[in-house]
Amino acid sequence: MTKDRKPKNVFKEGAISSEFIAQSIAKHQSKTSIGAHNIFLGQVRADEIDGKTVSAIEYTAYQDMANAKFHDIREATFSKFNLTCMHIYHSLGTVKSGEICLFVFVSSPHRKEVFKALEYIVEEIKAKVPVYGKEIFKDSTHQWKKNT
Amino acid sequence: MQLQIKYFGLLAEITNCEGETIEFSKTSVSDLLEELYIKYPLLKQKDFKVAQNYDIVSNSSEITNPEIALLPPFSGG
Repeated sequence: MTKDRKPKNVFKEGAISSEFIAQSIAKHQSKTSIGAHNIFLGQVRADEIDGKTVSAIEYTAYQDMANAKFHDIREATFSKFNLTCMHIYHSLGTVKSGEICLFVFVSSPHRKEVFKALEYIVEEIKAKVPVYGKEIFKDSTHQWKKNT
Repeated sequence: MQLQIKYFGLLAEITNCEGETIEFSKTSVSDLLEELYIKYPLLKQKDFKVAQNYDIVSNSSEITNPEIALLPPFSGG
């Protein structure tokens, strides 16, 4: 079942809080056709690079294109997998190490669909969405992150 | 025509701006890049792709949209 969905704004300023994630889960208690949720949380790592430690990542994006790509990924995911609903949130601005910068939440009547769908969505986001992470070191220098 | 060029990530540090409007009289993406390389020689050494209408386009593509973005490798998530 594919409904016509309008592009949403996926971006949130700053880190995604555990309270926000908890509320998102709680909101699904009324959707009783759901039997399985799956959640991906991207967290900022305190990587050590050339003796310097990452203290935060500052995210910027080509927001209009990014929201269009998130929309395409959403549509493709609904057409490939039997999902009841899907939510994607990505941070903009500064996210400190240990904080959450990406929250993907999929729900379906059955577990197998959510396992496959979640991996598909996260890999598509990494490959197709123009978001940029500037790794800020403790000494205030920086470098531009690259996805591996 | 007038083009709005947007620069992201590392590229915005090289150009020292996130975007600018330029007058462009030729046709292809590669023509545009030639002009930008004259203005910003360091761009030539960088890995990036060009987007038009929110899609990545090849250097031989014709420019039809007044908004063009230069996108270094993505690092979201």
